[in-house]
Amino acid sequence: MQKKLHIEPQPWAIMERSVIQAFPDESCGFFFGQSTTDGAVVLSACQVENSTILNKKYHFRINAKDYLAAEAYADQHQLQLLGVYHSHPNQPAIPSSVDTRVALPDFSYLIISVNPLGQTNKRSWRLDDSRQFQEQLIKQNF
Amino acid sequence: MPIVLIPTPLRRFTRNSSKVLVSGSVVSEIVDNLVLDYPEVQSHLLDSSGSIRQFINIFVDEDDIRNLHQLNTVVNIHSTISIVPAIAGGNLKN
Repeated sequence: MQKKLHIEPQPWAIMERSVIQAFPDESCGFFFGQSTTDGAVVLSACQVENSTILNKKYHFRINAKDYLAAEAYADQHQLQLLGVYHSHPNQPAIPSSVDTRVALPDFSYLIISVNPLGQTNKRSWRLDDSRQFQEQLIKQNF
Repeated sequence: MPIVLIPTPLRRFTRNSSKVLVSGSVVSEIVDNLVLDYPEVQSHLLDSSGSIRQFINIFVDEDDIRNLHQLNTVVNIHSTISIVPAIAGGNLKN
């Protein structure tokens, strides 16, 4: 059973705005927070550049410097780097084969589906011990 | 002794340490000694042939070892070695 991911309004607003503005390209970024007894709470988020050299409509990549900056931000603000988000424009919020191949344990992978009307649907995923993605329940109080 | 920065996803395997001291004079020695100290890191860091996994990057201070001398890159006692997971993917049309 995967632990819950509780997303506060402000970080969700940042993530949602970034995927709508980037449409039809993929958007990506990190989110930060703290562990709780039943999962984790997301307290902040930041968008970073999609640095893929492939078609941004179907791919994303976060460069190493941005990853290191995210770790440093978490350290400086006594937060935990909980995971990464990216969008699936015009596609469901289900991990692709590439998403699965690259993923690491103990990280939440939040996928946000977005359509041309700016409507979003989000689902979060974590690897289990067999390196298979299992869905993580998302909680929002707004 | 060189410091190795452990990325969040791998800290479960380093007893939740974000920074560990590891001896070695080149990156390959650092990796070998890190795996000796924390064996569970191995499958996430190395592939079945013992090479660094495709989706793992290693930096010595500010530089990617791919732009230096790969695993033969020299480190000194003041070096910081960062293990950086590649964060990439895409949608179902991949």
